[in-house]
Amino acid sequence: MRRLVVALVAASAVGMALAPGAGAQAPGGTPTTAAPPGATPTTAATGEAPAEDALIVSGNLRYEQDDEAQTVEGATVTVESADGEFSESVESDADGRFEVPVPGPGTYTITLDEETLPEDVGLRNERPSLDVRVREGRANTPVLFPLGFGDDVGRNVSSTLDRFLRLTVQGLRFGLIIAMCAIGLSLIFGTTRLTNFSHGELVTFGALMAYLFNVTFGWHILIAAPLAILVATLVGSAFDRFFWRPLRNRGTGLIAMLVISIGVGIAVRYTYNLQFGGFNRAYRQYSLQTEGLELGPVTIVPRDLFGMVLSILVLVGVALFLQRTRTGKAMRAVADNRDLAESSGVDVDRVINLVWAAGAGLAALGGILQGLSEQVSWQMGFQLLLLMFAGVTLGGLGTAYGALVGSMVVGMVVEVSTLVIPSEFKTVTALFILILILLVRPQGILGQAERVG
Amino acid sequence: MNWHSILNGTLRALVGREAIIYSLAAIGLNVHFGYTGLLNFGQVGFMAIGAYGVAISVTTWDVPLIVGVLIGVGAAVCLALLLGIPTLRLRADYLAIVTIAASEIFRFMMSAPSWRDVTGGSDGLTGFAGDFFDANPIPGGDYGFGPWHYSARDLWILSVGWVAVLLAVLLVRMLMHSPWGRIVKAIREDEDAVRSLGKNVYSYKMQSLVLGGVIGAVGGMFWMITQASITPGSFSTIPTFYAYAALILGGMARVWGPVVGAMIFWALLAFTQGILDEAVANDLIPSSIMDSNQAGNVRFILVGIGLVLLMVYRPQGIFGDRREIALGER
Repeated sequence: MRRLVVALVAASAVGMALAPGAGAQAPGGTPTTAAPPGATPTTAATGEAPAEDALIVSGNLRYEQDDEAQTVEGATVTVESADGEFSESVESDADGRFEVPVPGPGTYTITLDEETLPEDVGLRNERPSLDVRVREGRANTPVLFPLGFGDDVGRNVSSTLDRFLRLTVQGLRFGLIIAMCAIGLSLIFGTTRLTNFSHGELVTFGALMAYLFNVTFGWHILIAAPLAILVATLVGSAFDRFFWRPLRNRGTGLIAMLVISIGVGIAVRYTYNLQFGGFNRAYRQYSLQTEGLELGPVTIVPRDLFGMVLSILVLVGVALFLQRTRTGKAMRAVADNRDLAESSGVDVDRVINLVWAAGAGLAALGGILQGLSEQVSWQMGFQLLLLMFAGVTLGGLGTAYGALVGSMVVGMVVEVSTLVIPSEFKTVTALFILILILLVRPQGILGQAERVG
Repeated sequence: MNWHSILNGTLRALVGREAIIYSLAAIGLNVHFGYTGLLNFGQVGFMAIGAYGVAISVTTWDVPLIVGVLIGVGAAVCLALLLGIPTLRLRADYLAIVTIAASEIFRFMMSAPSWRDVTGGSDGLTGFAGDFFDANPIPGGDYGFGPWHYSARDLWILSVGWVAVLLAVLLVRMLMHSPWGRIVKAIREDEDAVRSLGKNVYSYKMQSLVLGGVIGAVGGMFWMITQASITPGSFSTIPTFYAYAALILGGMARVWGPVVGAMIFWALLAFTQGILDEAVANDLIPSSIMDSNQAGNVRFILVGIGLVLLMVYRPQGIFGDRREIALGER
């Protein structure tokens, strides 16, 4: 185990130092990576006070040409109510502004007639029709049509292939993080048969410890992260030694332990909330990277690229560890057949303890990477937990490699599915895949066919 | 410390709305987990689908509330079938994972902006419960004694709720004393043995999943109808675990276990909340340690710890029989 920890810490330190441009931090940028540099919203709705009680839909048609703001006069905008009873067209005035009074609250479709726009001016998102909801008490409902000039037109909408590639890379990144978190979950299940519903809290623990060292103590994240992983490893080991092992020795049943893990999860999660607060927060370094590296059609910020490389290195390291070392073999042996392993002289309790420690360390690393890419929050681990379960079940419960493959599939599916469905439904796809797999191949992709009923 | 108000609040919570909601949810779980051994961690999904079934059908199609309730029940049956078909042939933890995922995903879907026109998005829906309050036959006034004083509206809510709980308890009691009940209990103990007797285990499990899900859905409907509005945020994973806590507290595989458990559970919550609130308000706990918002978190932490302690030291709950629900040996 000590070797694994050392390897992990060394890998992260070396990897972080080598990452190209990882130290560059763009000042004042936005954390979104998808926005093309220099693109500014060219149409902004103003909140001017309208006549009393009247509800209006309004907006300004503007675009930038050679960095100068231009307005569009005489473009036709049509407002229609959802039931089709109300319909009115207006032309924008000299300031590019249009205002349409509407009869009452409800949903309206606002359409911009692109034919009436000046030459070379077009919509950057190719969505000339927008649905807006007009509500009572909000006199002015702003509508935004992002306009662009010349090359800017259609820039936000890249080809389907480009989007597919970009989403695949994102999915790969996300899948690697899920995999790292899920390996521990799967190995713990394999060695102890415990479905650990508090595993997400180990993920959050790593991210929060790194936040504590990084922001509260003010250490650089390159120091904070390995330390946090180390602490998480120790805590994982202690958690097993002083909580789960006594329970196992008492002969507590598996389902009872499952419910216990849920109780632990709730208690720990709300302790985080109590201490950390309910907000999302960012690490001090690398959270504002906007300068992407262009790899063919795909742009990726150095932070995410580095995270992916590190994840792959760590996962390969884990695979080699499981495959080649004595301890790794013992772990697989216990996962495969606990009694046989025990009677062959494997110290099962020690192996389980190592699995907990390594699982917690990996989960912590996954949490830190996720916290770097997104942000740190008190329930980030719990939100990942369902996807981890999906990945682990998909790959085959209890197998380390299955967790890897399944998690990659889940990460990819979740991201790539946004090509065809709205992004708010992306986790739904993961569930449907899960149900589908359970129907046709319940033992998972890499699981051994056995009767599980 | 105002002990009088703390005690009053505790006694009111003993028979309050939450106790009814969680009685129903826990009775459903008792059918699933206590009697049949099905690990359903998505009970809140059944509550949500029942409640949304009512709310959406009444607001979208203008059907009477009673029709809406039937639609909600139908939706819960469909959800049970959808979850049960792929998972009930598999080991227990597959159902656990799929149900908790399904309940979360249902919540995401209900708060999604794309379906705002129907579901109301994260703001939810209102204006579907009018029929319920119009049907109130109790003339206005103040009823009750001691700490239990209620307006006509509250009394109507509580009477309907407790009648529903009573009906659910009687239904479960009848079923569990029937051959059907003996078979599902046998499935809990040893599936293969039941299979060897020629029983269709899969079908019995499915019936149990549907029954418990529908009882849970009724709890969800009662919850949202009596508060006259529905928001997806109410249906996080927490209610499921509250229901589990109530069930384990009262005792699994006992007809009255979930009801007594839910009553005690909410009384305990009201009691600790009362003490914490009073302590924070009277500066007995320095605000640097805890303010009134954080006191809410403490109660979740206490529930979590309580669940752990119960499972470790008294898995059969208050009334449970250790021999019947031998959780420790499974």
